[in-house]
Amino acid sequence: MWIYEKKLQIPVRVSAPNPRLAKYVITQYGGPEGELSASLRYLNMRYSMPTNRAKGVLTDIGTEELAHMEIVATLVYKLIEGASIEAIRAADLGAHYADHDRSLYWVNAAGVPWVAAYVSATGDPIADLHENMAAEQKARAVYENLLHLSDDPLVNDTLRWLREREVVHFQRFGETLMHVQEYLDRKKIF
Amino acid sequence: MENKNQAQRLIQIQQLQFTAVELNLFLDTHPNDQHVLALYNQVHQQLIESVRAYEQVYGPLLNYGYSPALQNYWAWAENPWPWELKY
Repeated sequence: MWIYEKKLQIPVRVSAPNPRLAKYVITQYGGPEGELSASLRYLNMRYSMPTNRAKGVLTDIGTEELAHMEIVATLVYKLIEGASIEAIRAADLGAHYADHDRSLYWVNAAGVPWVAAYVSATGDPIADLHENMAAEQKARAVYENLLHLSDDPLVNDTLRWLREREVVHFQRFGETLMHVQEYLDRKKIF
Repeated sequence: MENKNQAQRLIQIQQLQFTAVELNLFLDTHPNDQHVLALYNQVHQQLIESVRAYEQVYGPLLNYGYSPALQNYWAWAENPWPWELKY
């Protein structure tokens, strides 16, 4: 069960419509290292975790990633809202407009639609927690790429905040990995 | 649409809740930290009070029974939705 809170996790501002930047930022909505991938990866992985602590961490971080998906969606929405057709065409978003107008869609920066193959679940908790730690680092790297591409200081504030969350999640997954490793070692002794 | 006052009120809730999220994730991997448990309960109280005060003016923040219907109409779907709010 999930309850919706009618607010974003943080305030999201943009300086002006900027469809070019929207085209880049949307990859954190529907790209391989994006927030949809992150939330689904963790929420799907909960069921095969051996300890309650790991189930709790995956539930809580997976839920926060849903809030981050909404933040990225709002960035894209605000960057496209009010942009002229000319600006959309000039930003190479004409192909997106042809299929979607100004609506959002789960695509990466090149317009490739999201696929479940972005997400892995092996059933091996050690492998899966390593996957999550790698995913957090990859998402951090993509936010840094976006910061290099963006010239909107308000968008940068939000991108920097999201980047920091990847670092915190990486830390929590690392602690969870150590906890699960200890649990599995104990299980072998008895 | 200008919603500066509403946005200001929300920022207080966002700050408190962010603290709660951080403490929550920390407690997930440090479940016996008494100092952080006490902090979490303190933030929980402040967060609940801020949410209830906000809802008196701007309508329900949560759905499915977690917020009361304080207005004499169903205010849940009234504007603005989170992505429309102008900060």
